[in-house]
Amino acid sequence: MEKQEIITKVNDFLIEEFELEESQLVPSAGLKDTLEIDSLDYVDLVVIIEKNFGFKVKGEDFAYIKTLQDFYDYIIKHAKSN
Amino acid sequence: MNRVVITGMGIYSTIGKNIEEVKNSLYIGRSGIGFDPARKALGFRSGLTGILEMPNLKGEITRRQRVGMAEEADYAYVATVEALKQAKIDNDFLDKNDIGILYGNDSSGKAVCEAYDVLKEKKDTALLGSGAIFQSMNSTITMNLSTIFRLKGINLTISAACASGSHSIGMGYYFIRNGLQEIIICGGGQEINFHSMGSFDGLSAFSVRENEPQKACRPFDRDRDGLVPSGGAATVILESYESAVRRGAPILAEVIGYGFSSNGDHISVPNVDGPAKSLEMAIIDAKIKPSDINYINAHATATPVGDLNEAQAITKVFGLKTPLISSTKSMTGHEMWMGGASEIIYSVLMMQNSFVAPNINFENPDEYSAKLNIAAETVKNHNIDIFLSNSFGFGGTNSTLIVRKI
Repeated sequence: MEKQEIITKVNDFLIEEFELEESQLVPSAGLKDTLEIDSLDYVDLVVIIEKNFGFKVKGEDFAYIKTLQDFYDYIIKHAKSN
Repeated sequence: MNRVVITGMGIYSTIGKNIEEVKNSLYIGRSGIGFDPARKALGFRSGLTGILEMPNLKGEITRRQRVGMAEEADYAYVATVEALKQAKIDNDFLDKNDIGILYGNDSSGKAVCEAYDVLKEKKDTALLGSGAIFQSMNSTITMNLSTIFRLKGINLTISAACASGSHSIGMGYYFIRNGLQEIIICGGGQEINFHSMGSFDGLSAFSVRENEPQKACRPFDRDRDGLVPSGGAATVILESYESAVRRGAPILAEVIGYGFSSNGDHISVPNVDGPAKSLEMAIIDAKIKPSDINYINAHATATPVGDLNEAQAITKVFGLKTPLISSTKSMTGHEMWMGGASEIIYSVLMMQNSFVAPNINFENPDEYSAKLNIAAETVKNHNIDIFLSNSFGFGGTNSTLIVRKI
């Protein structure tokens, strides 16, 4: 899966499943602070990533994912190596 | 002791998705029963069920609020919004006052089944999602509604089988009467899905008159052959009379009596003495005579033994001169955990509009129902000052409520 394709897919499910506005999805946006993704939302992110990209995020990895760009990078890395 | 009044009602049911629709259905005797082929494909003995579509809450409440809500919580949300609106309780009032919730529910079967299906396939609990636990618990309605409406008073679920909704109002009545709360959201919710009903179908308690779904539920009729499962949600706002007057809230009716008992007998077969005791206790609590009651909303689900024993219990308390009686389950089917609350709403609507809704499909009485004054057709221009509503459940739990016009 190409990098841009992954970013588009992530944005799509954030808009569809998490009801975020497209304008909020800037790479520097903080997942917790700006996008207001809370601890329970992370549980759902694990499910959605598995469904869309076929791999399971380890809960502890979220500790290093602060921004949307971090999130894109994490999925790009794991989706490619998967 | 505080007087306890009803200041708001809301409903989402198989005979209407709001109070106005339900009132009209009750008046014309409209049935909400249909046939679900999926149940037959799964090996159900009966494919009959109440028919009700899910409300679409997307855009109404946030994703975080929605993901933990099971089917019955969705229904309860819609009913509660309508009830709060009628009671003139807005967000600001919710934030500034200690409002409680006591809601009847006794299953969340679909959510449990669906979570287990995912677990079997994925073999990983991390893939169940964040909402599964909140959907799966019996208290899914109270935990979700208390969060959405930011409630700060008593907060718990009443699980008492098919008397859950009635006991929730009875308990709310006690809390307010004794000054522990001023306003409580009471009610009952019931999921309508095959997941939760297979085990009940397995008891052969459901009607199999599948070729005539709307004639299948026949409470008190000689040829009844079982109940029809149904559901939805019904919310009643209970409030102290003083609070309602102070707020200028609409006062729809007053709860004046609550009776309860346990049969101490069989788990599923009802008896006569237990229900009769509940009826008598409610009448004593209300400080009235049986002859003061103008209408009885019977529990009668259309099972052969249940209706027979309720008929005997009513005769035992009222003698051979009973008030007008109908079982609205003839139209709605058995709303189970919801029924005790919805039937208070149905009866208040009849009281407000001076009619008695018909016990549809009552064509021929049996030996015991022949002693009752059953309204087979809509009775127009019938004044109701006081009504009584019965609810009985598995385990022999009985609840009786008495409500009067104010």
